Amino acid sequence: MEQRIILETKNITKVYPGGVVANHNVNLQIQKGEIHALVGENGAGKSTLMKTLFGMLSPTSGQILINGKEVHFSSSSDAIHAGLGMVHQHFMQVPSMTVAENLILGAEPKNGLSVDRKKAVEITEQLSKKYNLKVDAKEKVENISLAMRQKLEILKALYRGANILILDEPTAVLTPQETEELFEQLKLLRKNGHTIIFISHKLNEVKALCNRMTILRDGQTMGSYDIEDLDENEISRLMVGRDVSLDIEKEKADFGKTVFSVKDLVYVDHFGKTKVNHVSFSIREGQILGVAGIDGNGQSELVELIVGSLKQANGNIVLNGKDLSKESVLKRQEAGISHVSEDRMKYGSAPKLSLEDNAISKIYYTDQLKTRGLLDKKKIADFTKKILDGFLVKYDNSKQAISELSGGNVQKLIVGREYDYNPDLMIMNQPTRGIDVGAIEFIRKKIIDMRRRKKAILLVSADLGEILSLSDSIIVMNEGRIVGYIDDVKNTTEKELGLYMLGVKEDSKEQIGGAYCE
Amino acid sequence: MEILQDILKTLSLPEFYFAMFRSATPVLLTTLGAMIASRSGTNNIALEGTMLISAFVGVVVSAFSHSAWIGFLGAILAGFIVSNILAYFVLKLNSNAVISGIALNTLASGGTIFVLYLITGEKGASTSLPSLKLPSITIPVVKDIPVIGTILSGHHILTYAAMILVVVIWYMFRYTKLGMHIRAVGESKDAAESVGISVKRVKYIALSLSGILTGMAGAFLSMGYLGVFSSGMTAGRGYIALATQAIAAGNAVIGMFASLLFGFCASLSNYLQSSGIPLQFIQMMPYLIIVIAYTIYCGMTERNKKMRQLKAGDTK
Repeated sequence: MEQRIILETKNITKVYPGGVVANHNVNLQIQKGEIHALVGENGAGKSTLMKTLFGMLSPTSGQILINGKEVHFSSSSDAIHAGLGMVHQHFMQVPSMTVAENLILGAEPKNGLSVDRKKAVEITEQLSKKYNLKVDAKEKVENISLAMRQKLEILKALYRGANILILDEPTAVLTPQETEELFEQLKLLRKNGHTIIFISHKLNEVKALCNRMTILRDGQTMGSYDIEDLDENEISRLMVGRDVSLDIEKEKADFGKTVFSVKDLVYVDHFGKTKVNHVSFSIREGQILGVAGIDGNGQSELVELIVGSLKQANGNIVLNGKDLSKESVLKRQEAGISHVSEDRMKYGSAPKLSLEDNAISKIYYTDQLKTRGLLDKKKIADFTKKILDGFLVKYDNSKQAISELSGGNVQKLIVGREYDYNPDLMIMNQPTRGIDVGAIEFIRKKIIDMRRRKKAILLVSADLGEILSLSDSIIVMNEGRIVGYIDDVKNTTEKELGLYMLGVKEDSKEQIGGAYCE
Repeated sequence: MEILQDILKTLSLPEFYFAMFRSATPVLLTTLGAMIASRSGTNNIALEGTMLISAFVGVVVSAFSHSAWIGFLGAILAGFIVSNILAYFVLKLNSNAVISGIALNTLASGGTIFVLYLITGEKGASTSLPSLKLPSITIPVVKDIPVIGTILSGHHILTYAAMILVVVIWYMFRYTKLGMHIRAVGESKDAAESVGISVKRVKYIALSLSGILTGMAGAFLSMGYLGVFSSGMTAGRGYIALATQAIAAGNAVIGMFASLLFGFCASLSNYLQSSGIPLQFIQMMPYLIIVIAYTIYCGMTERNKKMRQLKAGDTK
């Protein structure tokens, strides 16, 4: 292969206002025609570096060189002109517009005064064919799958003439099958001469796809390596700075009586779409029930129905023999449901409030923290300290705003708060999404710990590895329905779950019925 | 049931429908303005004040320039400037759009009276100013058709302009680059930004267009049939436009029908003023009807949602 450097950064440093050093003397060299992995924990500075490369941030110091020439980007358009294309983790698309309209947005083919929509569809179909990225040009984006939205995002970059593509954790929303398909397409792009920067923290994917990798830790580059030279353990040591073990040791299952069940749950959103479709299952003491599925197939709504922030059109929710279907969120909480939300800054915490306020947010109104009817500062401080220390949260002082903590530390505090509430049912929705490996390890151990203490646990996760290693049983959701029930997790594989998730495989009614018992 | 007879008699008059279009015109123009602003992601609360200032400026400029058309341009320019002041507050200084809008509305209601007093020495109306009116147009051939001719011909030029603008704006949202950009910015700011669309620029343009359309509405009020500016003459039409805009949900054609509903009620209340019902009650009617229409609209949206939920709950 030609060893030409197409993109290079020299000593890029980025200091955010407020003094956080996100990148410190980052040196990156990308060769033409390679798939280059950029790996690192969350908070290692990957996103900052990519935003800098794409003109969304300007570096405090340092240079960016493209084909050996220094460039200065003041906005994304500059980066696009220089041949860069970015596939963001959150798709940058307008849901009410069609695929073709989204593709051409900002660079429209014109026909007199108006946008040439026929041409737009033609362009989309041509590009789609050329790069083997199948999309439905005339469909509205709000109606297409996440996998197709991702293809659209790649096509958008290609349409704008990108020859260097940056993909920010592209597989986070895909099934194993879709991931494989994406890798084929990326390899095809490489063959056509495109250069790809692949951001990920899934090491097996990096090994499967990439030529070389650069590792970031604490905002600094830990070196670039040929993929063949390293095994996963070495990569992970370079990323974290110590050995981590994500292999979970859990005791043999010892289930008690059924604690929690939902029966025939139905939810329809305000667009009339049935998001949860006749879902029934139950969880026993000491059991972890995993919920697998591609994002947006009803898992979030299912959780919100159980928690009580959405109202079901039909169905029952029963905890310890008590019907909670019509109870308020608070009543359900007091009945023994704890919930770690998938969006920790929106629902899991109040970002601008202090660690103390967030720690006591479930029990502030109880007598536990009061002296003579008023909140007792000492009790609050003690209670908060117990959680912060017990869950190894790194913090400066307990009066600081929770938003100043890193994602992993916020999550540890939230899990600590919910854990302390001593619930009978613990709902964990994406408990380790977007947090560092150390925190992932810790939270997973706590989940196992709750299992040991005979709690019923509902684990929703987009990370199949997590589902497989933690759960006792698994239900798989597709378009709001349970399409698969795996009684014993040992009898399944990631591949098989993928087939359920895609809707290719579906269990019989009787088999799915096994998820529910009185 | 004398009143019922009065109403039926009124509804059979072609002149009544002519008046419906006339009353609908300023609300329609403002609805279109509100719609463009709203689709770009800013709720332009300042429309009421913008309309009032434009109405005032139009009269004053036409009086001093001795030209109705220069007055009209003055009104449009005033609308443009006021909406750009709002844009500056909201987009540049990051202030709250609602609060800035209310401030501009309050400024407009007091400011126009103040300047009117400086110029004419009066506080109520500009009757002493020799201001001019914009023309009405009779459509050849159509005007000779009985009934339809009476309803459709002889309208004010801005009434026809408003009808044409309904189509233009419908087309703009659907088929033009600017329309697409406005929709993209309003719906998904980050997506627009990521493909190199300047979000601020598009929002400035959208607010400017909303100001221009509202300026036309102001000109219609003071330079249409009356040819005079009186204090507070917008009488809440700018706020009504926010409601009709909400009913239209971004569709210019539905916006037209919502405005015509207002025109219908306003026209009806004009005809019923001599019917013995208290005047204040009659004058309240058009506004009340729009509020009720909006309530029904929201209720229906909610009910549809419930129906779909029930249906999905029944079938398996």
